[in-house]
Amino acid sequence: MTTTTPAPDTKETKPKTKSKGRPVESDRTKAENRLGLKLVAPAVVFMLLVTAYPMLQALYLSLFRYRLTAPDDREFVGADNYLTVLSDSLFWQDTWNTILIMVVTVGVELVIGFGFAMVMHRIIFARGAMRTAILIPYGIITVVSAFAWQFAFSLNNGFVNGWLPFFEDNFNWFGGHWPAMFAIMVSEIWKTTPFMSLLLLAGLSQISEDMLEAAKVDGATWWQRLWKVILPNMRAAIMVAVLFRALDAYRIFDNVFVMTKGAQDTESVSLITYRQVIEQLQLGLGSALSVLLFLSVLVLAYGIVKVFKVDLAQARGEG
Amino acid sequence: MRSKTNVGTGIGFALILVWCLLPVVWIISLSFKSVDETAAGSPQFLPKDPTLQNYREILTNADFLAALRNSFGIALIATGLAVVFATLAAYAIARLEFRGKRLVLSMALAIAMFPVVSLVGPLFDMWRTLSLFNTWPGLIIPYMTFTLPLAIWTLSAFFREIPWELEQAAQVDGATSWQAFRKVIVPLAAPGVFTAAILTFFFAWNEFVLAISLTSTTSSRTVPAQLSYFVGPDPFNPPYGQLATASVVVTLPIIVIVLLFQRKIVAGLTSGAVKG
Repeated sequence: MTTTTPAPDTKETKPKTKSKGRPVESDRTKAENRLGLKLVAPAVVFMLLVTAYPMLQALYLSLFRYRLTAPDDREFVGADNYLTVLSDSLFWQDTWNTILIMVVTVGVELVIGFGFAMVMHRIIFARGAMRTAILIPYGIITVVSAFAWQFAFSLNNGFVNGWLPFFEDNFNWFGGHWPAMFAIMVSEIWKTTPFMSLLLLAGLSQISEDMLEAAKVDGATWWQRLWKVILPNMRAAIMVAVLFRALDAYRIFDNVFVMTKGAQDTESVSLITYRQVIEQLQLGLGSALSVLLFLSVLVLAYGIVKVFKVDLAQARGEG
Repeated sequence: MRSKTNVGTGIGFALILVWCLLPVVWIISLSFKSVDETAAGSPQFLPKDPTLQNYREILTNADFLAALRNSFGIALIATGLAVVFATLAAYAIARLEFRGKRLVLSMALAIAMFPVVSLVGPLFDMWRTLSLFNTWPGLIIPYMTFTLPLAIWTLSAFFREIPWELEQAAQVDGATSWQAFRKVIVPLAAPGVFTAAILTFFFAWNEFVLAISLTSTTSSRTVPAQLSYFVGPDPFNPPYGQLATASVVVTLPIIVIVLLFQRKIVAGLTSGAVKG
């Protein structure tokens, strides 16, 4: 035991052990290595079994013409399924819808979420009530939020037409593409802005008051302080929030499924994938869609990380 | 200046309350509208003639009660398992040096961003072969897996805050790494574990894509999926009052959890997120 006691000290100076300068492995190091692997093993095994393996399975199935209603008809078709999907205008319409929903909702959420974060940061009374209110949309079931907004926008039973000026009382929000998209986006924005605002609040609370005071003393206006001091210093928080919300928005399914079922050309990429696999039982074609969806999320994540230079490991405190 | 910002904050506070609570109040109000009222069209916010009829029907609806039971059972079991596995992994990540640590973290990150829908097809196929289709484990396993990343992050963030000298002290006193973990760290980490459990529960309670894809009967269908089946033949004229009532019922547990643990949830959501 006496020989092992110095080991914990080396862990206190974390940056040192990180720098690959690992000398001869002591028994203690080996034991630690083994224990570490043993502890992460169950989580890793499940993550691989439930995501990596099925994803490979999807990749394999996507090369076949395979419909569950006619299992004997299974035939290798190479990239045919991909060609079918990529030459289908519905797929591109759905991709466009999804991108539009993602860009608009994340943009609006950033602005509103930042406003919320400012209020939460400043508020000195009723902090508990505030947190509770903010967490209710976060915790509520997405399907419930979709129903609540669908009913709010409903022609016969919704209050929105009555409350909004410039809209006829018989305006049918689900009767056209743009109003229906608008309703879907409202329900998405309502539900996820609180999460955004909490992430932004975490970034906001790390800005030192001294810095803001200094800027104020130097004569910076409120607007200048916002753009030159607050926002640049929140960059990491904003980027993490954008990354997580953008990827989440790209997977939008629940709201669209409940509110329109894809009517009025409001279908999302997730919804068309679901319809092919579960409703049409087209496992081959559906798998091709799955792979494409997975790839686009991958590209999107890579793009956001590269363009905005998000260091996730650092942002997550793993650095 | 001070008082001006205070007024601004006060207005902001009011706006946030309205934003967050209006749709909730709306479904509550809707749940008290009678079938006759919604059938005739009732665009005003509050019910004309409040009634408990919807609650009587929903709370005796066998399908809804079965879904409620499934939701609670599946969400609680998935939460329990996810938290156990995540605690082990997060301890290793926060505390131990071992090969493959970065790999595990990257994998968790990748899974957090994974489009669940792209797994629906292969899982549907696999689950039929393994007879997991339309069973509780068929949903518990993926729910647990998809919440592991969030739980691992939240927990490793909490674990880093723990005073590790205590663990060393225990080891100096002759405890093994495992004993130090079980007897010293677990009690200290309990609040963090609890927070991770709440976030995991929210996910499992909320999940919809897998719930409609991997179930076919009320023996394992959860509430979000069941709600989507309440919709009658005409998707643009659903049974408003009953859906709103069911919505209120399934939102109640969320509101109770939020009221009791708001501080912990906020800490959990932000702790792992930003530490630049």
